[in-house]
Amino acid sequence: MNAWLVQHGKALKWALQRLMAAPTNTLLSLIAIGIALALPAGGQMLLGNALQLARNSSNINATPQISLFLSLDADKKTADNISIRLRNHAGVKQVRFISRDETFKRMQSGENLAEVLAALPRNPFPDAFVITPNDDGPAAMEQLRSEFRNWPKIEHVQLDSAWVRRLDAMLRLGRTATALLTVLLGLGLVAITFTTIRLQVLTQRAEIEVSRLLGATDSFIRRPFYYFGALQGLAGGAVAWLIVLGVSGLLNRPVAELAELYNTSVVLQSLTTGESITLLALAGSLGWLGAALSLRQHLKYPD
Amino acid sequence: MIRFEHVSRRYPPGIDALKDVSLSVAPGEMILIGGHSGAGKTTLLKLIAAIERPSSGTVLVRGQNVGALKPAALPYLRRNLGMVFQDQKLLFDRNAFENVMLPLSIAGFSPKEAGKRARAALDKVGLLAREKALPIALSGGEQQRLAIARAVVNRPSILLTDEPTAHLDPETARDVAAILRDFHQVGVTLLIATYDDALFAAFATQRLILSHGKLPT
Repeated sequence: MNAWLVQHGKALKWALQRLMAAPTNTLLSLIAIGIALALPAGGQMLLGNALQLARNSSNINATPQISLFLSLDADKKTADNISIRLRNHAGVKQVRFISRDETFKRMQSGENLAEVLAALPRNPFPDAFVITPNDDGPAAMEQLRSEFRNWPKIEHVQLDSAWVRRLDAMLRLGRTATALLTVLLGLGLVAITFTTIRLQVLTQRAEIEVSRLLGATDSFIRRPFYYFGALQGLAGGAVAWLIVLGVSGLLNRPVAELAELYNTSVVLQSLTTGESITLLALAGSLGWLGAALSLRQHLKYPD
Repeated sequence: MIRFEHVSRRYPPGIDALKDVSLSVAPGEMILIGGHSGAGKTTLLKLIAAIERPSSGTVLVRGQNVGALKPAALPYLRRNLGMVFQDQKLLFDRNAFENVMLPLSIAGFSPKEAGKRARAALDKVGLLAREKALPIALSGGEQQRLAIARAVVNRPSILLTDEPTAHLDPETARDVAAILRDFHQVGVTLLIATYDDALFAAFATQRLILSHGKLPT
Protein backbone atom coordinates (compact mmCIF):
# COMPACT_ATOMS: atom_id res chain seq x y z
CA MET A 1 0.00 0.00 0.00
CA ASN A 2 2.82 2.34 0.95
CA ALA A 3 4.74 1.55 -2.27
CA TRP A 4 1.52 2.08 -4.23
CA LEU A 5 1.02 5.50 -2.65
CA VAL A 6 4.67 6.41 -3.27
CA GLN A 7 4.32 5.48 -6.96
CA HIS A 8 1.14 7.55 -7.33
CA GLY A 9 2.68 10.46 -5.42
CA LYS A 10 5.68 10.42 -7.76
CA ALA A 11 3.47 10.23 -10.86
CA LEU A 12 1.43 13.20 -9.61
CA LYS A 13 4.57 15.19 -8.83
CA TRP A 14 5.98 14.40 -12.28
CA ALA A 15 2.75 15.53 -13.93
CA LEU A 16 2.76 18.80 -12.00
CA GLN A 17 6.42 19.38 -12.89
CA ARG A 18 5.71 18.77 -16.57
CA LEU A 19 2.78 21.21 -16.49
CA MET A 20 5.00 23.84 -14.84
CA ALA A 21 7.96 23.14 -17.14
CA ALA A 22 6.33 24.92 -20.11
CA PRO A 23 4.11 27.58 -18.49
CA THR A 24 3.16 29.37 -21.72
CA ASN A 25 2.07 26.16 -23.46
CA THR A 26 0.22 25.04 -20.36
CA LEU A 27 -1.53 28.40 -20.01
CA LEU A 28 -2.63 28.42 -23.66
CA SER A 29 -3.95 24.86 -23.38
CA LEU A 30 -5.84 25.73 -20.20
CA ILE A 31 -7.37 28.82 -21.81
CA ALA A 32 -8.49 26.75 -24.84
CA ILE A 33 -9.99 24.06 -22.58
CA GLY A 34 -11.49 26.70 -20.29
CA ILE A 35 -13.27 28.51 -23.14
CA ALA A 36 -14.47 25.22 -24.61
CA LEU A 37 -16.01 24.17 -21.31
CA ALA A 38 -17.26 27.64 -20.36
CA LEU A 39 -19.72 27.66 -23.28
CA PRO A 40 -21.85 24.68 -22.18
CA ALA A 41 -21.35 25.59 -18.51
CA GLY A 42 -22.49 29.16 -19.25
CA GLY A 43 -25.44 27.79 -21.22
CA GLN A 44 -26.43 25.67 -18.25
CA MET A 45 -26.15 28.71 -15.97
CA LEU A 46 -28.31 30.89 -18.25
CA LEU A 47 -30.89 28.11 -18.57
CA GLY A 48 -31.14 27.82 -14.80
CA ASN A 49 -31.46 31.58 -14.43
CA ALA A 50 -34.11 31.85 -17.17
CA LEU A 51 -36.21 29.15 -15.54
CA GLN A 52 -35.85 30.76 -12.12
CA LEU A 53 -36.74 34.16 -13.54
CA ALA A 54 -39.86 32.78 -15.20
CA ARG A 55 -40.95 31.04 -12.00
CA ASN A 56 -40.34 34.10 -9.80
CA SER A 57 -41.84 36.68 -12.10
CA SER A 58 -45.07 38.24 -10.83
CA ASN A 59 -46.13 39.17 -14.34
CA ILE A 60 -45.74 35.75 -15.83
CA ASN A 61 -47.09 32.73 -14.09
CA ALA A 62 -44.60 30.11 -15.14
CA THR A 63 -46.19 27.45 -12.98
CA PRO A 64 -48.70 25.73 -15.22
CA GLN A 65 -52.24 25.73 -13.83
CA ILE A 66 -55.67 24.33 -14.70
CA SER A 67 -58.87 26.36 -14.26
CA LEU A 68 -62.16 24.54 -13.59
CA PHE A 69 -65.37 26.52 -14.22
CA LEU A 70 -68.55 25.14 -12.64
CA SER A 71 -71.94 25.38 -14.31
CA LEU A 72 -74.01 28.37 -13.30
CA ASP A 73 -76.60 26.21 -11.51
CA ALA A 74 -74.00 24.58 -9.23
CA ASP A 75 -74.80 25.32 -5.60
CA LYS A 76 -72.42 25.74 -2.62
CA LYS A 77 -72.71 22.06 -1.63
CA THR A 78 -71.63 20.97 -5.10
CA ALA A 79 -68.68 23.38 -4.95
CA ASP A 80 -67.69 22.00 -1.53
CA ASN A 81 -67.82 18.40 -2.82
CA ILE A 82 -65.64 19.26 -5.81
CA SER A 83 -63.24 21.07 -3.53
CA ILE A 84 -62.87 17.95 -1.34
CA ARG A 85 -62.37 15.71 -4.38
CA LEU A 86 -59.70 18.02 -5.73
CA ARG A 87 -57.83 18.30 -2.43
CA ASN A 88 -57.76 14.49 -2.13
CA HIS A 89 -56.66 13.98 -5.74
CA ALA A 90 -53.15 12.51 -6.08
CA GLY A 91 -52.33 14.62 -9.12
CA VAL A 92 -53.24 17.92 -7.49
CA LYS A 93 -50.71 19.94 -5.56
CA GLN A 94 -52.70 23.07 -4.71
CA VAL A 95 -56.33 24.19 -5.01
CA ARG A 96 -57.66 27.74 -4.90
CA PHE A 97 -61.40 28.46 -4.96
CA ILE A 98 -62.64 31.66 -6.59
CA SER A 99 -66.33 32.30 -5.93
CA ARG A 100 -68.56 33.86 -8.58
CA ASP A 101 -69.18 36.87 -6.27
CA GLU A 102 -65.41 37.43 -5.91
CA THR A 103 -65.01 37.37 -9.67
CA PHE A 104 -67.96 39.74 -10.15
CA LYS A 105 -66.50 42.26 -7.67
CA ARG A 106 -63.07 42.11 -9.31
CA MET A 107 -64.56 42.67 -12.73
CA GLN A 108 -66.66 45.58 -11.47
CA SER A 109 -63.53 47.31 -10.23
CA GLY A 110 -61.96 47.00 -13.68
CA GLU A 111 -62.12 49.85 -16.15
CA ASN A 112 -64.95 49.89 -18.75
CA LEU A 113 -66.67 46.82 -17.31
CA ALA A 114 -68.61 48.36 -14.41
CA GLU A 115 -71.33 49.81 -16.60
CA VAL A 116 -71.74 46.65 -18.64
CA LEU A 117 -72.00 44.47 -15.55
CA ALA A 118 -74.48 46.84 -13.90
CA ALA A 119 -76.75 46.45 -16.90
CA LEU A 120 -76.89 42.67 -16.53
CA PRO A 121 -79.87 41.13 -14.71
CA ARG A 122 -77.69 38.69 -12.69
CA ASN A 123 -74.08 37.66 -12.03
CA PRO A 124 -72.89 35.89 -15.24
CA PHE A 125 -69.73 34.41 -13.74
CA PRO A 126 -69.44 30.82 -12.46
CA ASP A 127 -67.63 29.55 -9.39
CA ALA A 128 -64.12 28.43 -10.31
CA PHE A 129 -61.17 26.42 -9.02
CA VAL A 130 -57.53 27.14 -9.95
CA ILE A 131 -55.40 24.02 -9.64
CA THR A 132 -51.64 23.58 -9.50
CA PRO A 133 -50.83 20.02 -10.59
CA ASN A 134 -48.05 17.87 -9.11
CA ASP A 135 -46.70 17.03 -12.57
CA ASP A 136 -46.71 20.06 -14.86
CA GLY A 137 -45.64 18.17 -17.96
CA PRO A 138 -47.90 18.64 -21.00
CA ALA A 139 -49.03 15.00 -21.05
CA ALA A 140 -49.93 14.90 -17.36
CA MET A 141 -51.80 18.22 -17.66
CA GLU A 142 -53.79 16.94 -20.61
CA GLN A 143 -54.73 13.79 -18.71
CA LEU A 144 -56.00 15.84 -15.75
CA ARG A 145 -58.08 18.03 -18.06
CA SER A 146 -59.75 14.98 -19.62
CA GLU A 147 -60.54 13.59 -16.17
CA PHE A 148 -61.97 16.84 -14.72
CA ARG A 149 -64.08 17.44 -17.81
CA ASN A 150 -66.13 14.35 -16.96
CA TRP A 151 -66.90 15.40 -13.39
CA PRO A 152 -70.52 16.48 -12.74
CA LYS A 153 -71.30 20.20 -12.79
CA ILE A 154 -67.97 21.04 -14.44
CA GLU A 155 -68.82 23.26 -17.35
CA HIS A 156 -65.39 24.02 -18.71
CA VAL A 157 -61.78 23.06 -18.02
CA GLN A 158 -59.17 25.51 -19.17
CA LEU A 159 -55.60 24.43 -19.46
CA ASP A 160 -52.80 26.94 -19.78
CA SER A 161 -51.33 24.58 -22.36
CA ALA A 162 -49.94 27.15 -24.76
CA TRP A 163 -47.69 28.57 -22.09
CA VAL A 164 -46.79 25.11 -20.78
CA ARG A 165 -45.89 23.95 -24.24
CA ARG A 166 -43.89 27.08 -25.00
CA LEU A 167 -41.97 26.83 -21.75
CA ASP A 168 -41.41 23.11 -22.22
CA ALA A 169 -40.23 23.60 -25.81
CA MET A 170 -37.88 26.40 -24.80
CA LEU A 171 -36.41 24.34 -21.98
CA ARG A 172 -36.04 21.33 -24.25
CA LEU A 173 -34.29 23.47 -26.87
CA GLY A 174 -32.01 24.98 -24.24
CA ARG A 175 -31.17 21.59 -22.75
CA THR A 176 -30.52 20.03 -26.16
CA ALA A 177 -28.30 22.93 -27.20
CA THR A 178 -26.36 22.69 -23.93
CA ALA A 179 -25.99 18.91 -24.28
CA LEU A 180 -24.78 19.27 -27.88
CA LEU A 181 -22.29 21.93 -26.86
CA THR A 182 -21.09 19.74 -23.99
CA VAL A 183 -20.52 16.77 -26.29
CA LEU A 184 -18.84 18.76 -29.07
CA LEU A 185 -16.62 20.87 -26.86
CA GLY A 186 -15.92 17.88 -24.60
CA LEU A 187 -14.56 16.16 -27.70
CA GLY A 188 -12.44 19.26 -28.23
CA LEU A 189 -10.97 18.85 -24.75
CA VAL A 190 -10.22 15.19 -25.46
CA ALA A 191 -8.50 16.21 -28.71
CA ILE A 192 -6.39 18.88 -26.99
CA THR A 193 -5.28 16.39 -24.31
CA PHE A 194 -4.63 13.72 -26.95
CA THR A 195 -2.19 16.02 -28.75
CA THR A 196 -0.55 17.30 -25.58
CA ILE A 197 0.08 13.75 -24.34
CA ARG A 198 1.45 12.72 -27.74
CA LEU A 199 4.01 15.55 -27.49
CA GLN A 200 4.84 14.56 -23.91
CA VAL A 201 5.41 10.94 -24.99
CA LEU A 202 7.71 12.11 -27.79
CA THR A 203 9.65 14.34 -25.38
CA GLN A 204 10.01 11.52 -22.85
CA ARG A 205 10.82 8.78 -25.36
CA ALA A 206 14.36 8.19 -24.02
CA GLU A 207 13.17 7.93 -20.45
CA ILE A 208 10.35 5.58 -21.45
CA GLU A 209 12.77 3.31 -23.32
CA VAL A 210 15.27 3.21 -20.44
CA SER A 211 12.51 2.65 -17.87
CA ARG A 212 11.24 -0.34 -19.85
CA LEU A 213 14.73 -1.80 -20.02
CA LEU A 214 15.10 -1.37 -16.26
CA GLY A 215 11.88 -3.24 -15.51
CA ALA A 216 9.15 -0.59 -15.49
CA THR A 217 5.65 -1.97 -15.93
CA ASP A 218 3.28 -0.51 -18.47
CA SER A 219 1.20 1.09 -15.73
CA PHE A 220 4.31 2.68 -14.17
CA ILE A 221 5.11 4.31 -17.51
CA ARG A 222 1.54 5.35 -18.30
CA ARG A 223 0.53 6.59 -14.83
CA PRO A 224 2.23 10.04 -14.97
CA PHE A 225 0.61 10.73 -18.34
CA TYR A 226 -2.84 9.85 -16.97
CA TYR A 227 -2.24 12.29 -14.12
CA PHE A 228 -1.05 14.89 -16.61
CA GLY A 229 -4.23 14.57 -18.70
CA ALA A 230 -6.54 14.58 -15.69
CA LEU A 231 -4.77 17.55 -14.08
CA GLN A 232 -4.82 19.53 -17.31
CA GLY A 233 -8.54 18.80 -17.72
CA LEU A 234 -9.25 19.69 -14.11
CA ALA A 235 -7.31 22.95 -14.35
CA GLY A 236 -9.13 23.73 -17.63
CA GLY A 237 -12.42 23.07 -15.81
CA ALA A 238 -11.37 25.52 -13.09
CA VAL A 239 -10.62 28.13 -15.78
CA ALA A 240 -14.09 27.50 -17.27
CA TRP A 241 -15.65 27.93 -13.82
CA LEU A 242 -13.82 31.24 -13.37
CA ILE A 243 -14.94 32.42 -16.82
CA VAL A 244 -18.59 31.62 -16.02
CA LEU A 245 -18.25 33.32 -12.64
CA GLY A 246 -16.69 36.41 -14.28
CA VAL A 247 -19.27 36.57 -17.06
CA SER A 248 -22.20 36.26 -14.64
CA GLY A 249 -20.65 39.04 -12.53
CA LEU A 250 -20.21 41.28 -15.57
CA LEU A 251 -23.76 40.61 -16.85
CA ASN A 252 -25.43 41.12 -13.50
CA ARG A 253 -25.68 44.92 -13.67
CA PRO A 254 -27.02 45.24 -17.25
CA VAL A 255 -29.50 42.40 -16.63
CA ALA A 256 -30.69 44.09 -13.43
CA GLU A 257 -31.13 47.38 -15.32
CA LEU A 258 -33.12 45.63 -18.04
CA ALA A 259 -35.28 43.89 -15.45
CA GLU A 260 -36.03 47.21 -13.77
CA LEU A 261 -37.66 48.39 -17.00
CA TYR A 262 -40.15 45.50 -16.58
CA ASN A 263 -40.77 46.35 -12.91
CA THR A 264 -38.97 43.30 -11.64
CA SER A 265 -35.64 42.59 -10.00
CA VAL A 266 -33.15 39.98 -11.17
CA VAL A 267 -29.85 38.76 -9.72
CA LEU A 268 -27.97 36.34 -12.00
CA GLN A 269 -26.95 33.22 -10.12
CA SER A 270 -23.65 31.57 -11.10
CA LEU A 271 -23.22 27.77 -11.18
CA THR A 272 -24.52 25.91 -8.13
CA THR A 273 -22.15 23.82 -6.00
CA GLY A 274 -23.45 20.66 -7.65
CA GLU A 275 -23.00 22.09 -11.15
CA SER A 276 -19.49 23.30 -10.26
CA ILE A 277 -18.47 19.87 -8.97
CA THR A 278 -19.96 18.23 -12.08
CA LEU A 279 -18.03 20.64 -14.32
CA LEU A 280 -14.70 19.90 -12.60
CA ALA A 281 -15.31 16.15 -12.49
CA LEU A 282 -16.30 16.09 -16.17
CA ALA A 283 -13.24 18.15 -17.16
CA GLY A 284 -10.88 15.87 -15.20
CA SER A 285 -12.48 12.74 -16.63
CA LEU A 286 -12.31 14.01 -20.22
CA GLY A 287 -8.62 14.89 -19.70
CA TRP A 288 -8.00 11.39 -18.41
CA LEU A 289 -9.87 9.95 -21.43
CA GLY A 290 -7.78 12.04 -23.85
CA ALA A 291 -4.62 10.77 -22.17
CA ALA A 292 -5.83 7.16 -22.29
CA LEU A 293 -6.64 7.36 -26.02
CA SER A 294 -3.33 9.04 -26.78
CA LEU A 295 -1.30 6.48 -24.80
CA ARG A 296 -3.15 3.66 -26.49
CA GLN A 297 -2.08 5.10 -29.83
CA HIS A 298 1.44 6.28 -29.03
CA LEU A 299 2.73 4.03 -26.26
CA LYS A 300 2.34 0.54 -27.56
CA TYR A 301 4.49 -2.03 -25.80
CA PRO A 302 7.09 -3.34 -28.27
CA ASP A 303 6.80 -7.06 -28.73
CA MET B 1 21.21 -20.22 -13.94
CA ILE B 2 21.26 -19.34 -17.67
CA ARG B 3 20.88 -21.89 -20.45
CA PHE B 4 20.71 -21.53 -24.24
CA GLU B 5 19.34 -24.55 -26.11
CA HIS B 6 19.94 -24.41 -29.88
CA VAL B 7 19.15 -20.70 -29.99
CA SER B 8 19.09 -18.82 -33.28
CA ARG B 9 18.22 -15.23 -33.94
CA ARG B 10 17.52 -14.09 -37.45
CA TYR B 11 16.92 -10.48 -38.53
CA PRO B 12 15.12 -9.53 -41.73
CA PRO B 13 15.91 -10.01 -44.57
CA GLY B 14 17.56 -13.24 -43.40
CA ILE B 15 20.69 -12.18 -41.52
CA ASP B 16 21.64 -14.70 -38.81
CA ALA B 17 22.94 -12.91 -35.70
CA LEU B 18 23.07 -16.17 -33.72
CA LYS B 19 23.04 -19.68 -35.15
CA ASP B 20 22.22 -22.76 -33.07
CA VAL B 21 23.93 -21.52 -29.91
CA SER B 22 23.86 -23.74 -26.82
CA LEU B 23 25.54 -22.77 -23.57
CA SER B 24 25.12 -23.02 -19.83
CA VAL B 25 26.08 -20.58 -17.08
CA ALA B 26 26.19 -21.67 -13.43
CA PRO B 27 25.49 -19.25 -10.53
CA GLY B 28 28.50 -17.11 -9.61
CA GLU B 29 30.28 -17.66 -12.90
CA MET B 30 31.98 -14.92 -14.83
CA ILE B 31 31.59 -15.45 -18.55
CA LEU B 32 33.59 -13.58 -21.09
CA ILE B 33 31.91 -13.36 -24.49
CA GLY B 34 34.40 -12.48 -27.19
CA GLY B 35 34.32 -12.21 -30.92
CA HIS B 36 34.61 -9.77 -33.75
CA SER B 37 32.27 -6.86 -34.26
CA GLY B 38 28.89 -8.21 -35.42
CA ALA B 39 29.64 -11.69 -34.07
CA GLY B 40 26.40 -11.73 -32.06
CA LYS B 41 27.66 -10.74 -28.57
CA THR B 42 25.07 -8.01 -28.00
CA THR B 43 22.28 -10.16 -29.41
CA LEU B 44 23.18 -12.92 -26.95
CA LEU B 45 22.88 -10.51 -23.99
CA LYS B 46 19.63 -9.03 -25.34
CA LEU B 47 18.11 -12.50 -25.54
CA ILE B 48 18.85 -13.08 -21.85
CA ALA B 49 17.07 -9.83 -20.91
CA ALA B 50 14.24 -10.60 -23.36
CA ILE B 51 14.94 -7.36 -25.19
CA GLU B 52 14.90 -9.64 -28.20
CA ARG B 53 13.21 -12.98 -28.70
CA PRO B 54 14.87 -16.03 -30.24
CA SER B 55 13.79 -17.02 -33.74
CA SER B 56 14.19 -20.62 -32.61
CA GLY B 57 15.48 -22.51 -29.60
CA THR B 58 15.01 -21.81 -25.88
CA VAL B 59 16.59 -19.27 -23.53
CA LEU B 60 16.19 -20.23 -19.89
CA VAL B 61 16.98 -17.78 -17.06
CA ARG B 62 16.56 -19.30 -13.59
CA GLY B 63 14.50 -22.03 -15.23
CA GLN B 64 12.15 -19.53 -16.89
CA ASN B 65 11.73 -19.63 -20.68
CA VAL B 66 12.22 -15.91 -21.27
CA GLY B 67 11.50 -16.14 -24.99
CA ALA B 68 7.95 -17.21 -24.21
CA LEU B 69 7.25 -14.55 -21.58
CA LYS B 70 4.26 -12.28 -22.13
CA PRO B 71 5.06 -8.55 -22.34
CA ALA B 72 3.43 -7.98 -18.93
CA ALA B 73 5.92 -10.40 -17.31
CA LEU B 74 9.07 -8.83 -18.78
CA PRO B 75 9.45 -6.05 -16.16
CA TYR B 76 9.75 -8.59 -13.34
CA LEU B 77 12.48 -10.50 -15.23
CA ARG B 78 14.44 -7.32 -15.92
CA ARG B 79 14.26 -6.05 -12.34
CA ASN B 80 16.33 -9.08 -11.32
CA LEU B 81 18.96 -8.43 -13.98
CA GLY B 82 21.56 -5.68 -14.00
CA MET B 83 22.33 -4.35 -17.46
CA VAL B 84 25.15 -2.09 -18.64
CA PHE B 85 24.37 -1.13 -22.20
CA GLN B 86 26.91 -0.48 -24.94
CA ASP B 87 25.58 3.08 -25.29
CA GLN B 88 24.96 3.30 -21.52
CA LYS B 89 21.47 4.75 -21.95
CA LEU B 90 21.90 7.37 -19.25
CA LEU B 91 19.26 10.08 -18.93
CA PHE B 92 21.03 13.31 -19.71
CA ASP B 93 18.41 15.57 -18.14
CA ARG B 94 18.88 13.89 -14.75
CA ASN B 95 21.89 14.03 -12.47
CA ALA B 96 23.96 11.01 -11.44
CA PHE B 97 21.95 10.40 -8.27
CA GLU B 98 18.61 10.59 -10.12
CA ASN B 99 19.89 8.19 -12.80
CA VAL B 100 20.76 5.63 -10.15
CA MET B 101 17.44 6.22 -8.35
CA LEU B 102 15.42 5.27 -11.46
CA PRO B 103 15.52 1.43 -11.07
CA LEU B 104 14.67 1.81 -7.38
CA SER B 105 11.67 4.03 -8.14
CA ILE B 106 10.52 1.47 -10.68
CA ALA B 107 10.88 -1.32 -8.11
CA GLY B 108 8.78 0.70 -5.63
CA PHE B 109 11.34 1.45 -2.92
CA SER B 110 10.49 4.20 -0.44
CA PRO B 111 12.38 7.45 -1.17
CA LYS B 112 14.42 7.06 2.02
CA GLU B 113 15.52 3.47 1.34
CA ALA B 114 16.09 4.24 -2.34
CA GLY B 115 18.27 7.25 -1.48
CA LYS B 116 20.40 5.11 0.85
CA ARG B 117 20.86 2.40 -1.77
CA ALA B 118 21.59 4.87 -4.57
CA ARG B 119 24.32 6.61 -2.53
CA ALA B 120 25.83 3.24 -1.58
CA ALA B 121 25.97 2.25 -5.28
CA LEU B 122 27.51 5.59 -6.25
CA ASP B 123 30.04 5.19 -3.45
CA LYS B 124 30.90 1.68 -4.68
CA VAL B 125 31.87 3.03 -8.11
CA GLY B 126 33.59 6.12 -6.68
CA LEU B 127 31.02 8.69 -7.82
CA LEU B 128 29.41 9.74 -4.54
CA ALA B 129 31.11 13.14 -4.65
CA ARG B 130 29.62 13.69 -8.11
CA GLU B 131 26.04 12.71 -7.36
CA LYS B 132 24.69 16.12 -8.41
CA ALA B 133 26.57 16.16 -11.74
CA LEU B 134 24.67 15.72 -14.98
CA PRO B 135 26.00 12.88 -17.17
CA ILE B 136 27.20 15.41 -19.76
CA ALA B 137 29.58 16.82 -17.13
CA LEU B 138 31.09 13.37 -16.45
CA SER B 139 34.05 11.86 -18.29
CA GLY B 140 33.63 8.69 -20.40
CA GLY B 141 34.93 6.54 -17.56
CA GLU B 142 32.67 8.21 -15.03
CA GLN B 143 29.68 7.72 -17.30
CA GLN B 144 30.53 4.04 -17.58
CA ARG B 145 30.84 3.76 -13.80
CA LEU B 146 27.52 5.56 -13.42
CA ALA B 147 25.92 3.04 -15.78
CA ILE B 148 27.37 0.22 -13.64
CA ALA B 149 26.05 1.85 -10.45
CA ARG B 150 22.56 2.01 -11.98
CA ALA B 151 22.83 -1.63 -13.09
CA VAL B 152 23.79 -2.94 -9.63
CA VAL B 153 21.70 -0.68 -7.39
CA ASN B 154 18.88 -3.26 -7.28
CA ARG B 155 21.46 -5.87 -6.14
CA PRO B 156 20.80 -8.23 -9.06
CA SER B 157 22.12 -11.78 -9.05
CA ILE B 158 22.97 -11.54 -12.77
CA LEU B 159 24.87 -8.63 -14.33
CA LEU B 160 25.03 -8.29 -18.12
CA THR B 161 27.57 -5.83 -19.48
CA ASP B 162 28.01 -4.97 -23.14
CA GLU B 163 31.43 -3.56 -24.07
CA PRO B 164 31.96 -1.98 -20.63
CA THR B 165 35.42 -0.69 -21.51
CA ALA B 166 34.84 0.46 -25.06
CA HIS B 167 36.24 3.92 -25.83
CA LEU B 168 37.99 4.15 -22.45
CA ASP B 169 41.69 4.81 -21.94
CA PRO B 170 43.66 1.81 -20.53
CA GLU B 171 43.79 3.14 -16.96
CA THR B 172 40.04 3.91 -16.81
CA ALA B 173 39.30 0.55 -18.44
CA ARG B 174 41.30 -1.19 -15.67
CA ASP B 175 39.28 0.72 -13.03
CA VAL B 176 36.01 -0.41 -14.61
CA ALA B 177 37.30 -4.00 -14.85
CA ALA B 178 38.24 -3.89 -11.16
CA ILE B 179 34.73 -2.75 -10.20
CA LEU B 180 33.17 -5.61 -12.19
CA ARG B 181 35.59 -8.09 -10.61
CA ASP B 182 34.50 -6.87 -7.15
CA PHE B 183 30.86 -7.62 -8.00
CA HIS B 184 31.82 -11.08 -9.26
CA GLN B 185 33.70 -11.75 -6.04
CA VAL B 186 30.56 -11.16 -3.95
CA GLY B 187 28.70 -13.84 -5.93
CA VAL B 188 27.13 -11.94 -8.81
CA THR B 189 26.90 -13.96 -12.04
CA LEU B 190 28.61 -11.82 -14.63
CA LEU B 191 28.42 -11.91 -18.41
CA ILE B 192 30.76 -9.51 -20.18
CA ALA B 193 30.59 -9.02 -23.92
CA THR B 194 33.91 -7.48 -24.94
CA TYR B 195 36.64 -7.53 -27.53
CA ASP B 196 39.11 -6.54 -24.79
CA ASP B 197 39.72 -10.16 -23.66
CA ALA B 198 43.01 -9.49 -21.94
CA LEU B 199 41.49 -7.14 -19.38
CA PHE B 200 39.09 -9.74 -18.01
CA ALA B 201 40.73 -13.05 -18.92
CA ALA B 202 42.48 -13.37 -15.56
CA PHE B 203 39.23 -13.73 -13.61
CA ALA B 204 36.87 -15.25 -16.18
CA THR B 205 35.56 -18.73 -15.39
CA GLN B 206 34.49 -19.38 -18.97
CA ARG B 207 35.38 -17.84 -22.33
CA LEU B 208 33.00 -18.00 -25.24
CA ILE B 209 34.18 -16.79 -28.61
CA LEU B 210 31.44 -16.11 -31.09
CA SER B 211 32.17 -16.12 -34.78
CA HIS B 212 29.48 -15.10 -37.24
CA GLY B 213 26.83 -15.96 -34.67
CA LYS B 214 28.19 -19.38 -33.85
CA LEU B 215 30.09 -20.89 -30.95
CA PRO B 216 32.88 -23.33 -31.87
CA THR B 217 31.76 -26.90 -31.34
